[in-house]
Amino acid sequence: MAEIAKIIQEKVETYGRERKALIPILQGIVEEKNYVDNQDMVKIAKALDISAADVYGTASFYSFIENEEKGKFVIRVCKSITCEMKGKHKVLTALEEELRIKLGETTHNKKFSLLETNCIGLCDVGPAMLVNDEPYTHLTPEKVHDVISVYRNK
Amino acid sequence: MSNNKLKRAEILFSPYSVAPYEILKRTMQKDKDFVINELIESGLRGRGGAGFPTGKKWQFFAQEQNDTKYIICNADEGEPGTFKDRKLLVEVPRKVISGMAIAAWACNAKNGIIYLRAEYKNLIPDLKKEIEVFNEYANKFGLEFNITIFSGAGAYVCGEETALIESMEGKRGEPRNKPPFPIQNGYLGKPTLVNNVETFAACSMVCRYGATEYKSYGTSDQHGSKLFSLSGDSPKEGVHELELGMKISDFVEEYGDGDTKAVQIGGVAGFCIPRKEFETTIIGEGNTTGGATMIFNSTRSMYNVLHNYLDFFAEESCGQCTPCRVGTQQLLKGIEAVKSGEKPESYLDDLVKLSKTMKLTSKCGLGQSVTNSFSSIVKNFREEMIY
Repeated sequence: MAEIAKIIQEKVETYGRERKALIPILQGIVEEKNYVDNQDMVKIAKALDISAADVYGTASFYSFIENEEKGKFVIRVCKSITCEMKGKHKVLTALEEELRIKLGETTHNKKFSLLETNCIGLCDVGPAMLVNDEPYTHLTPEKVHDVISVYRNK
Repeated sequence: MSNNKLKRAEILFSPYSVAPYEILKRTMQKDKDFVINELIESGLRGRGGAGFPTGKKWQFFAQEQNDTKYIICNADEGEPGTFKDRKLLVEVPRKVISGMAIAAWACNAKNGIIYLRAEYKNLIPDLKKEIEVFNEYANKFGLEFNITIFSGAGAYVCGEETALIESMEGKRGEPRNKPPFPIQNGYLGKPTLVNNVETFAACSMVCRYGATEYKSYGTSDQHGSKLFSLSGDSPKEGVHELELGMKISDFVEEYGDGDTKAVQIGGVAGFCIPRKEFETTIIGEGNTTGGATMIFNSTRSMYNVLHNYLDFFAEESCGQCTPCRVGTQQLLKGIEAVKSGEKPESYLDDLVKLSKTMKLTSKCGLGQSVTNSFSSIVKNFREEMIY
């Protein structure tokens, strides 16, 4: 838990003890452990001298700030129209089989979470997905298998 | 066979000048008012989709007297089917930063922020390197302009400039009432200029070529070149730079797969044009200019397309105003009910009315634009909505 306090401290030094530091703090915590829990939010609220409800209100608005525990690698599959046309469903099914979880779930070993997301700006090279910040394009069920194997060993 | 009615342009992706930031240096030797007037003269309109005259915006911003003024580069492109800004930031970031720097110099602003969408976080290291190069040259030219990157957190609505500012201030990305406009009262209450990535790149190109030459591209209504993000059923997906003012039929002939049924222009917030209107529709006239273009061939179900769009809108509506929050969900449920036979065919007309009400009463462009694609798909592919 010491890390969280440290992240808050660092971001406050860069952005000031003001509300504008809020999103960078939330992002810093997500980078550390992939989600922000309610306890973290209370700490942030204290540090910025705003209400915890305000912190929650902001955090819950954004799709890249998760409030529930997620895996080390968060997979976000693009569900926008052109990726869907190019075979997103097959890719998603392949991921579900590969990871043995359903969409929205996290593996038991807390390594992978499988989510869908709106357009990630890779429409010309779809179907596409992000694993944390890293984009993968032209996906096929075979390619999905290869990508996941690489992350299994990380 | 290539189509000569389609005019390709090579402006935004033209090679860099030999010396880095040469355009900035040369522009800074001119008179500030002259440069802003050139921009007005060039007829350049904002490339994010709303199409406000860029030169006018800069002129208003230059008139604001304040020690702290912000310049924000809106790199939050989230419109499904849009990826031109990513390509600009990857391939010619110097042109984008030059545009920001010219704005800073011409309008006396010292702080620049690139608001980069969360999905493009992997571009940050290279962008930071380019900012370092810029800093070195800005120092040489005696320009005080500090650029930082603010990473978004995943919200389509933050592409709307006031929602973007709210998000930078650590709040929910809910659009503000306008006026006051960001030009007067923006980030942290200070005068703020928000322009799209492509707009800044185009500004530096206006400065390079001059207004007269820039204006010679395009039509009498829309000047210059425009980037089109092309995806869908096309063998030539990718970003294409074209002069504005071509017929959809020419576009389809060049980029379609020979079996094109419909073209979505301006992203999901834009219009869906059916085959029978290809001949009579000019891209950029009377429709949006965001540049996201998706091609659908005859194997696609337009019900699925519309369902996907509505699902997107319902999810990305910020929920602040009722017409958009409730309307997007009702439209989605409505087309499902018609499809399943639960509601009669005539219910589609009620839904179109609802979408038009949303256009009148929603607070920002998100809710206002749902009717564009909704009405055009329901009108032109009605039988697909029912059976």
